[in-house]
Amino acid sequence: MFYLIQLLNAVQYGLLLFLLSSGLTLIFGIMGVINLAHGSFYMIGAYLAYWLAKLTGSLWLAIPIGIAIAFGIGLLLETTIISRLYRRDHLYQVLLTFGLILVFEELRSILFGDEVHGVAVPALLDFSIPLTETLSYPVYRLFVTAVCLGIAGLLYLVIHRTRVGMMIRAGNSNREMAASLGVNIPMLFALVFAFGMALAAFTGTIAAPISSVFPGMGNQILIICFVVVVIGGIGSINGAMIASLAIGLADTLGKVVAAEYSGVAVYLVMAVILLWRPQGIANKA
Amino acid sequence: MTHITLPRPLLIGIALLLALFPLFGATYYVQLGAKILIMAIFALSLDLLVGHTGLVSLGHAAYFGIAAYALALISPKYEAANLWLTLPFALAAAATAAFVVGFLVVRTAGVYFIMVTLAFAQMIYSIFHDTKLGGGSDGIYIYVRPELSVAGFKPLDLESPAQFYYLALILLVVVYAILDRLLHAPFGRALAGIRVNEQRMRSIGYPVFIYKLAAFVLAGILAGLAGYLAACQFGFVNPDILAWHQSGIVLMMVILGGMGRLHGAVLGALSYVLIQEAVSAPALLGAYSKHWQLAMGSLIVVIVLVLPHGIGGFIDVALRRFSYTHRNGDRDDAI
Amino acid sequence: MTAILVVRELCKNFGGLAAVDHVSLEVRADELHAVIGPNGAGKTTLVNLLSGDLTASSGSILFHSSEISSLTPEQRSRLGIGRSYQKTNIFPGFSALENCRLAAQAREPRALNWFRDALSYDDVMKQARRALDAAGLADRANELAFALSHGEQRQLEIAMCLATDPQLLLLDEPLAGMGAEESLRMVNLIGRLTASHAILLIEHDMDAVFQLAKVLTVMVDGKVLASGTPAEIRANREVQTAYLGGADKT
Repeated sequence: MFYLIQLLNAVQYGLLLFLLSSGLTLIFGIMGVINLAHGSFYMIGAYLAYWLAKLTGSLWLAIPIGIAIAFGIGLLLETTIISRLYRRDHLYQVLLTFGLILVFEELRSILFGDEVHGVAVPALLDFSIPLTETLSYPVYRLFVTAVCLGIAGLLYLVIHRTRVGMMIRAGNSNREMAASLGVNIPMLFALVFAFGMALAAFTGTIAAPISSVFPGMGNQILIICFVVVVIGGIGSINGAMIASLAIGLADTLGKVVAAEYSGVAVYLVMAVILLWRPQGIANKA
Repeated sequence: MTHITLPRPLLIGIALLLALFPLFGATYYVQLGAKILIMAIFALSLDLLVGHTGLVSLGHAAYFGIAAYALALISPKYEAANLWLTLPFALAAAATAAFVVGFLVVRTAGVYFIMVTLAFAQMIYSIFHDTKLGGGSDGIYIYVRPELSVAGFKPLDLESPAQFYYLALILLVVVYAILDRLLHAPFGRALAGIRVNEQRMRSIGYPVFIYKLAAFVLAGILAGLAGYLAACQFGFVNPDILAWHQSGIVLMMVILGGMGRLHGAVLGALSYVLIQEAVSAPALLGAYSKHWQLAMGSLIVVIVLVLPHGIGGFIDVALRRFSYTHRNGDRDDAI
Repeated sequence: MTAILVVRELCKNFGGLAAVDHVSLEVRADELHAVIGPNGAGKTTLVNLLSGDLTASSGSILFHSSEISSLTPEQRSRLGIGRSYQKTNIFPGFSALENCRLAAQAREPRALNWFRDALSYDDVMKQARRALDAAGLADRANELAFALSHGEQRQLEIAMCLATDPQLLLLDEPLAGMGAEESLRMVNLIGRLTASHAILLIEHDMDAVFQLAKVLTVMVDGKVLASGTPAEIRANREVQTAYLGGADKT
């Protein structure tokens, strides 16, 4: 039973990672931009959840408002700054988005301070399902898992079955061709970026009751997302899913086996994959 | 066309000026000067990778930090360690880490390389942060600086700020000279070729993997040298020294200063430290001075948008306006 | 005269598409073997397979009777195979001399040297100048590569190969995009090279091909359609209908 709980935790963590990484890998695959500030939006989502929940008394309200705010910020960011990076070398993208991280972290510090905050699980979901006489599993975590799966399914549908998805996949493989076929690339990019940021913020919002809200939370998880993208291959949603779950399992397994060194488990998986297939699992040679 | 470095007379003049500095500056500024010299070594080490070989590493602080921790871990608690023993040990530690990581990451390219270098640095950070190995997040103190003695005689007393400054200056000059030579030598030219067209380099017979790995390890060793000095100066080592924030900062120094030019890396280190001093001074931002990173971050964003080739490139262009580039028949023209 | 390069049943599949389909051919020392065929016939893929830029799906490549199909491009280069690219693949920001010097340096056993100035290695410099000279670029040595004319850049492509002192040259459409005068110069250059190198030439320019080649192989849709002397190929009916009849002369 203990292992069932660990497995559920691993899947839940993996799925949260997937949500966050899918935005990262899409933005990179489609627009060719490496965005270090992706983690900052996760943090923004979490802090918005904390603040709005305190303000309105309800996490349910906080979620849509938070998404809307994040989408707006994302749109603003893309049109003013990010769009200037598309033609630039990755080096400058890294540097500029690193600067953005500093800005966001300090704004967070000014607005919300540096302490750790908790976010209450909504009353509706604040109970546990008993598994054995002594062990039970929090329903909120199951809810999060379900939501992540739902969104993953939605993402897959949109990308593979809709016209927007087609445009995205076209832009992914050949920007100039897509543009000459009439796809409004600047608008598409702005929307994809804003959507990616909103998704990151949403992930932060629903994760907040589980992981708490603390300084540096965005950057910490961003690096794990990088590992996901490296293993899964840039631009590949399927790869991101496989890699996220693998990492969720590796991390949880690591915690069970050797708590102190659990942080290393994820990177060891990456090291092994690198030796075997440097270009990632999903991408062809 | 960029010259890899400034004309020799100019360099010697600058070195002399730097050597005279401690005679005139107050202790605080001498220490600040030493910090700049140490950061310059750090920036030079990364410039070898980024500017000359085209390998953008976002995890370079790992080797900086490993050398620092190596010193902290083998230093006796309340006595001075022997520099001749601890420095090679620290450099060996950095070199080993760079070799292992390099072997894994050099096979990747482009954005993947950026991400995996970051990831491995984060792994090393986790090891030092989560385990008892380096005192965890509390860190380790180095109460007494290492001792530099030759046959019972101490040419430099590292406890003295001015003399420590001189050690840093000497080492910076040595590193600069080594890199200058290296970049004009066959190895350095091959690295330049790899940066420009890696596929063609393979096609004409270069074992590119080995060259990149060698550059990675050398860069790691030089970063380790800087880290060792930083640990000496600061007297305290904790996981933040390996954090990706540190990796981002040194990358920033390299880019800001203008890549591919040795003096650019030094310029970048100087600029960063001075900007940081200015921006975190209470006089400027008052009560918000502890949030100086907001100003630093905004500045970075602005600079990247406005100055495509960094401060160094900007200066180059500005200088070219005043003095039409003279083809002095310098061998650099062949590049 | 024994064959320096023997290709047997070489295949390269991309998904379901056979870009190179059981191709076999031989190149002898001191011989120019041309491979011709319509666009999309798989010629450049073939060269990529020979140079190591692509890995074959099956088949074998023998160079001096040793199997090389699992070797990397750099390993094959060191064995004595030089390759020029259809899309000019030089070091644009370096001078023409530096381009060749880098190539010559690759053969220098002390290439990992950290200390001596690279320009002081006399043998490397001589080799580089010799290659430039052979390619007819001796007076353009100090020009930056991107400033050279298109024809000169194609010459530099070949000069770089020569600087590595190869026995076999794989030339991928060296005349691509050249005007009449430049083409003539290039054809003469290649003609001179046949005396001392085995050459596999991919080309669309039929005049050049029939002037230079001792052996011709015609590829269509990844397969070898016919192979033989220029006279035989010219007379071959299948080749005429498939290629020469409605030949696209570039």
